[in-house]
Amino acid sequence: MANVPPIPKRISSIKFGLLSPKEIRKMSATPIITADTYDDDGFPIDMGLMDTKLGVIDPGLRCKTCSGRAGECPGHFGHIELVAPVVHVGFNKVIRKLLRATCRKCSRLLLEPAQKQRFLDQLTGIEEIRHMPDDLINEVYKEASKVKACPYCNEEQLEIKFEKPSEYLENGEKLTPTEIRDRFENIPDEDISVTGMDPKNARPEWMILTVLPVPPVTVRPSITLESGQRSEDDLTHKLVDIIRINQRFQENREAGAPQLIIEDLWELLQYHVTTFFDNSVSGIPPARHRSGRPLKTLSQRLKGKEGRFRGSLSGKRVNFSARTVISPDPNLSINEVGVPMPIAKILTMPSIVTPRNIEQLKIYVRNGEDVHPGANYVLRSDGRRIKITNVNKDDIAEKLEFGWTVERQLKDGDTVLFNRQPSLHKMSIMAHSVKVLPNKTFRLNPAVCPPYNADFDGDEMNMHALQTEESRAEAKILMQVQENILSPRFGGPIIGGIHDHISGLFLLTRFENHITKHEAYDILRKSSARSLPKPAGYDPDGKPYWTGKQIFSQILPENLNTQFSAQVCSHCDNCRREGCPNDAYVMIRNGELLMGTIDEAAIGAFKGKIQDRIIKEIGPEAGARFIDDMTRLAIRSIMRTGLSFGIADEDIPKEARVQINEVLGKAEDAVQNLIKSYQNKELEPLPGRTLDETIEMSIMQKLGKARDETGGIADSHMGLENSAVIMARSGARGSILNLTQMAACVGQQAVRGERIRRGYAGRTLPHFEEGDLGSDAHGFVKASYKSGLNPTEYFFHAIGGREGLVDTAVRTSQSGYLQRRLVNALQDLEVQYDLTVRDTRGVLVQFKYGEDGINPTKSDFSKLDTIHRIVRSVVSKEVA
Amino acid sequence: MTKFSLLDHELVPKHEIMLEGELKSVLGKFSIEKEQLPKIKVQDPVCKEIGAAIGDVVKITRKSQTAGEADYYRLVIE
Repeated sequence: MANVPPIPKRISSIKFGLLSPKEIRKMSATPIITADTYDDDGFPIDMGLMDTKLGVIDPGLRCKTCSGRAGECPGHFGHIELVAPVVHVGFNKVIRKLLRATCRKCSRLLLEPAQKQRFLDQLTGIEEIRHMPDDLINEVYKEASKVKACPYCNEEQLEIKFEKPSEYLENGEKLTPTEIRDRFENIPDEDISVTGMDPKNARPEWMILTVLPVPPVTVRPSITLESGQRSEDDLTHKLVDIIRINQRFQENREAGAPQLIIEDLWELLQYHVTTFFDNSVSGIPPARHRSGRPLKTLSQRLKGKEGRFRGSLSGKRVNFSARTVISPDPNLSINEVGVPMPIAKILTMPSIVTPRNIEQLKIYVRNGEDVHPGANYVLRSDGRRIKITNVNKDDIAEKLEFGWTVERQLKDGDTVLFNRQPSLHKMSIMAHSVKVLPNKTFRLNPAVCPPYNADFDGDEMNMHALQTEESRAEAKILMQVQENILSPRFGGPIIGGIHDHISGLFLLTRFENHITKHEAYDILRKSSARSLPKPAGYDPDGKPYWTGKQIFSQILPENLNTQFSAQVCSHCDNCRREGCPNDAYVMIRNGELLMGTIDEAAIGAFKGKIQDRIIKEIGPEAGARFIDDMTRLAIRSIMRTGLSFGIADEDIPKEARVQINEVLGKAEDAVQNLIKSYQNKELEPLPGRTLDETIEMSIMQKLGKARDETGGIADSHMGLENSAVIMARSGARGSILNLTQMAACVGQQAVRGERIRRGYAGRTLPHFEEGDLGSDAHGFVKASYKSGLNPTEYFFHAIGGREGLVDTAVRTSQSGYLQRRLVNALQDLEVQYDLTVRDTRGVLVQFKYGEDGINPTKSDFSKLDTIHRIVRSVVSKEVA
Repeated sequence: MTKFSLLDHELVPKHEIMLEGELKSVLGKFSIEKEQLPKIKVQDPVCKEIGAAIGDVVKITRKSQTAGEADYYRLVIE
């Protein structure tokens, strides 16, 4: 950092301008006059579109301009002299504005000299502070086109109308490009400056083309088809059209053809030149190929997703990659990815032949391309690449020498990158080790779904085979899944148990399970645990049994010590910790779960405290092993009892239903009372609110409370024997609110946080009276999903639901764009070894990363808990 | 003229012009030239308030959510 010169390079300015006819002729290697390309011998015709002065693409020929061969010669422009001027489509907007802002007779800008000077001063001011002058320039045009009579020659100004695609009408009469050009030519330089143009680099008359530059052949190469026939590029086709019409125009004019025919031809020339630049201009039919396919002309090459900028410069296609549907496989490690055999046979890893691996590589080569693990190519030391086929495989295996490279097929243990779009954070691309499996989908452990945000409803993912030792080493050390369990976003694990994992361990550890020896071995079979502790007790029949907590303890690392509140914790005011009546205080001592329930707070993705502690205290390898064991254990233990949910689980007892109806009825009455006091003008407005706002808020509040109350009633009649309650309490899936809506009452439907008000004047639906403020008239759904909604409720529910859909659609597009801008702005910043944040010029951005220099991945959920923990572990007791 | 100081506002952190010696030790600590510091314009209200001139370095002591208090240095330009 010391000898970096301060701010090495800086672009001081970029200049944009228009090409003048003079410049076009100057840069042209040759005029193009004939529409033919090749003569009968297949040789480019002089002054034709493929003239060798424009550069060469056929090997063997030399460029007549720079005498370079194909590949060396960059290509050179030619030009076509247009018989009559035509408008350049790209400048239609400016041409229109300028025609309106200048005098039709003397061509001066229609502003008083003082006003011009004022605009000019403002313009230089804006330029100095480097702001965009667009708004000011638009104002110049606006002011100038308002003027009715020229302040210089008193000429009355006529209305100018623009008609698509490129026609200008002055009081209904067509302005020819020649006339427009004449007007522009007469605009004085000082007037042009006022419009923001630089008269030296961009005279407005240059927007009307008199000479057309012909792009070099290297830009529009022709291809030779297998039949020996030549197929020309779309641009060449378009240029042929332009030259043909140009010639016909000239012949007709010289022969003194009638004005009507001349005008037609002029229009045709305009059409061809327009489509040469842009074949998607509205108002004209796109020019088509003989097959009926629209031609890809200049602007089509640049625009859009597949255009030069987004398709060729910002993003490129890569080799050694694969894409297919994903599906789950809990038997794989989180570090592994199941790769379908057909993919493994196509993707390769280069392997240099050495004395240590030559025998193994010979086996691969002999296996050929059909038998896995085989090899697909051999690279000889002279750089020749030979495809291994069934014919030559034994031959090549014999000839294999040190220093050659064998491109062997992907096999178990290879490191590959695995990715799911959208790649929003670094965990969207992680390194996995290959496990070749039958069938056609990528397989992954469901515990790694959260970082990829993947599910298995048809998601596809990409895989990239790494081709160099450096990349493989880097991927393994930095990108492997186990290195990314902890997220820098919040300093906790982003990989962990989901859905069934949480339910499974909850069922295993919450209840006083008596697990027989047989069952215990069955549950632990797939994990790395290989023994059972002393039994917890003996059943009356004398058989030993173990508790679920003991079983879970078997997969914990031996020296793990931690304690925390479980997800089921009800956050009592006075926490009794070890004495928790709800078994919600988890305590792990020396790798043994002494008390507490294992749920989302213990092993969940985003929340799991156990993964967090294992990784921070023991290491990522132990963390990965724990997650592997945990997922397998959880799935086996949930299969012991099974966990399912049906319509009957939403049933609530009759007395509960009565209670709920009572609550809802009372709430409705309360709302009616509120409305009455509002109508009698007795309602007191809340501070800072109008009366209307106050009533709405009080109603919303009353009804919200009522819904919660009904939820409480339903909840009190459903205990942990209900699988939905199990899932909600443990944090596996769903919430008590979801359950409330299913069993008790759906509640208020809202649009933008307010009760539904839209619809007819004064009412939402024809079923209600005008001005009805009651709960059911504004989207309160009394029914539950189980009981079913009545028609008006159904309609309101659809309104509320639609808002949610629209919101997510809008949010994703907005946040995507915001992310793009942030990434572009921040991508070059780097944390240096001295913990400063600097850009590529060495300019400091932060003097200490995050002001405290802490790596968020290593912080404990970004809380200052570490010190307390260290003290606790040293003195082995609680410290304040 | 003005009846209050800009620096009295609770959202405006403490700004002070650095002395030559202190500046030297800061530049030495990060082994940088003055130009590699973040910039602040001389027209910036806070620069006018403390009377910083072009070429001065302003030391800003900010309250930080993560570190309690954090120092920041900006070079006065234009």
